[in-house]
Amino acid sequence: MVVSLQNQRIWILVDASRCSGCKLCEVVCSLKHEGKIWPEASRIRIFEEIPGATVPHLCVQCPDYPCVKSCPVNALSVYEKTGAVVVDEKKCIGCGRCVDACPGKVPRIPGNRKIVVICDLCYGDPECVKICNEAGYGALRLYKGGSRPTFKTFARNPIDKSLILARKMFGE
Amino acid sequence: MILPYGFTGRILNINLSTGDINILELPEGVYRKWLGGRGLGTYILWKELGDRWESIDPLGIDNILLVLTGPLTGYYPGIKLCITGKSPESNGVVGSTISSEVAIELKAAGYDGIIIRGKAETPKFLLIIDDHVEIKDAQKYWGKDPHEFLPELICETHKEAIELAGVGGIPKEPAAIYIGRGGEKGVRFASVMAKWVHAAGYGGYGAVMGSKNLKAIVVKGNGPLPPIADRGKYEEYLRELYRQLFELTTFRAWGTGAGGYEVGYRLSSEPVKNWQEEWHNREEISVINFELNYWVKKYWGDYGCPITCMKISYIPSGKYKGARSDAPDYELMAYLGTNLGIFESEKIVYLSYLADELGLDAINAGNVLGFAAELYQRGILTKEDIGFELKWGDADAFAKLLKLIANKEGIGKILAEGTYRAAMAISKMKNVDVTKYAVQVKGIAVGAHGIRSGEDYPSPIGYAVSVQGGDHTSPAFHEPRTPSGEVRATFVDSAVICSFTSWIGFDKLIEFLNVVTGWNLTVEEWVNETALRIIHLQRILLLLGGPDIYWDPRIHDDNPQRFYEPLPSGPYKGKKADKNEVEKLKKKYYKDIGYDEYGIPRLDVLKKLGIDDAISAIKRIRRRLGI
Repeated sequence: MVVSLQNQRIWILVDASRCSGCKLCEVVCSLKHEGKIWPEASRIRIFEEIPGATVPHLCVQCPDYPCVKSCPVNALSVYEKTGAVVVDEKKCIGCGRCVDACPGKVPRIPGNRKIVVICDLCYGDPECVKICNEAGYGALRLYKGGSRPTFKTFARNPIDKSLILARKMFGE
Repeated sequence: MILPYGFTGRILNINLSTGDINILELPEGVYRKWLGGRGLGTYILWKELGDRWESIDPLGIDNILLVLTGPLTGYYPGIKLCITGKSPESNGVVGSTISSEVAIELKAAGYDGIIIRGKAETPKFLLIIDDHVEIKDAQKYWGKDPHEFLPELICETHKEAIELAGVGGIPKEPAAIYIGRGGEKGVRFASVMAKWVHAAGYGGYGAVMGSKNLKAIVVKGNGPLPPIADRGKYEEYLRELYRQLFELTTFRAWGTGAGGYEVGYRLSSEPVKNWQEEWHNREEISVINFELNYWVKKYWGDYGCPITCMKISYIPSGKYKGARSDAPDYELMAYLGTNLGIFESEKIVYLSYLADELGLDAINAGNVLGFAAELYQRGILTKEDIGFELKWGDADAFAKLLKLIANKEGIGKILAEGTYRAAMAISKMKNVDVTKYAVQVKGIAVGAHGIRSGEDYPSPIGYAVSVQGGDHTSPAFHEPRTPSGEVRATFVDSAVICSFTSWIGFDKLIEFLNVVTGWNLTVEEWVNETALRIIHLQRILLLLGGPDIYWDPRIHDDNPQRFYEPLPSGPYKGKKADKNEVEKLKKKYYKDIGYDEYGIPRLDVLKKLGIDDAISAIKRIRRRLGI
């Protein structure tokens, strides 16, 4: 039986070993969402705790959405078509409960923004994925399919990820 | 005052002697006249130290260290940070740039740059997290090499940044610039380093940082960059630039690494054995050997770079186990390779790693190592002088000598002064003139691009009249009223962007600046006013010089003696720089750029450029030279 993936939700597959650390993804993301260059407000951020060990860090859309459940003011919801978490900026009070609830500590309230930012998958056509592939790295790729439980395990502390990756590269 | 676009309008002003920290605000007119980085730095240095320039010891308490961004930093693809101050190499000003995310973190923290004055009593590092600015104890990091302290420094400061972020989640790690042992000990060509392999090499500002007892500057900014004047046009230009830069296939694949073989084999312009030759046909130095054996990361870049010319080499086993460097890039392949008679990739990766770990500028380091080895070859320096044999190709001997230099021990103490000063000292010591073997201009090693074959890019007077001496990133062009050579380099270093991502039409660069800042600068204005203003003021400070050495343009506006010797090998055998041509081009260059017949900036030109206050300095230069 042929399973049509047509209606499957998209996911951003991350391959840290192909990430150059160029952060073009951060540039295009913050320009699109904030109209500014704002590294900390980018919905995807590249961590590099150990120089050379570059780790893309973004929402993985856990199937149980702990962030959405944690929100005391119902500011977070799931966009049905993509599965992305959407922030209602009028409701968000910047309390940070969603950050605590996230297994990867992904959500971010940067600088004086006071309202949380979470990847919205650009409503189906993510800028970060496009630029990463246009640049030829393919560290971010669009994926359709049903491995949601596995996706959730990708949500980890980005500092730990960078340290682990550094050990693999440099044997430390 | 907040500037409307591109700038924050705020410069952090820090005194390490008193612990005072405040904000300096400059009027928009100053930015418009000097931009940022190299231009703004030259202006600040002139204003602050100009009236007593000759008496300022670059490694003394009165020198100031500037860490500056520019109007295009973070907006233009490919990020750079400019480090400057009075240079312990040239005693003038070098706008030394480094790839470092400190640049974007600074802007995101709300600063265009940092002025650092005085000297801390004990080793310190600067921690800047937005408005939180602190001079912190660095005793546990002092005396340590980057592989020992850098991860700890980043983790420690990252924890603080996370704490300050409160409920706001995990910010990315702070960015750091730092010095190694060379900077701590005051080696004149010590570099300011970032991310293991990035260096602000030329200028010797690692030594300036060390002289202030400052081990590192760590920055985290959580805010946005200042707004862009014309956002729609900006995004359009940015996308077009990305498309163009993605097409630089070989550069993206190998960085400058292809040069290791080609600049020697094809262009006959690569230093071999202290420039005794410039040609070789050694395929084992070709970039493929580095890629196959050592690259653990093929594409590596800093914030917003569409090229990622950096590659990481790592030696996992054997004698040099643990060595980690970039590709290395062409300059290091040449200066720690061919210039020392070394052609094996493993040894070059190792020596590059060592130079980075010790915090030494590998161009000036490889230059002085080659100089010492030629003196050994000629029997002027002996095994007794050095402590061991120093034969071409012996990487272990060169490694030993590099460590002696970084620690200023034995012969290393003399060589730590850089090739020019070492040549003067050894000439005296041995009672024989060795300055003819010193391949440098005004205290700065000539970059690994010769002029004898005429095939490489620098003009015959490129190094001779440059305000940054032997710096291959800023050679003068003999037609100075064109957007090339130093006139172009001043833009790149003052807008503070990468010279590798700015290989586009100069008019496009100016347009980009206008789109970000909302200004209406023209190519014409840049070429005939702004660039000249910066170059003239740099020239004045260079000619003021002192206190340990001074330059006389009648003597020092010249190529190293070696370039007047014929090439001994290769397809360009017999070719050399032509003294008559150099003199002729120099004369024309002086006239066109607005210097008098002695190479001193003309008063009427200074007036036209709006730097009349430099006229007193011209008088001091003339008095010293007796002209």
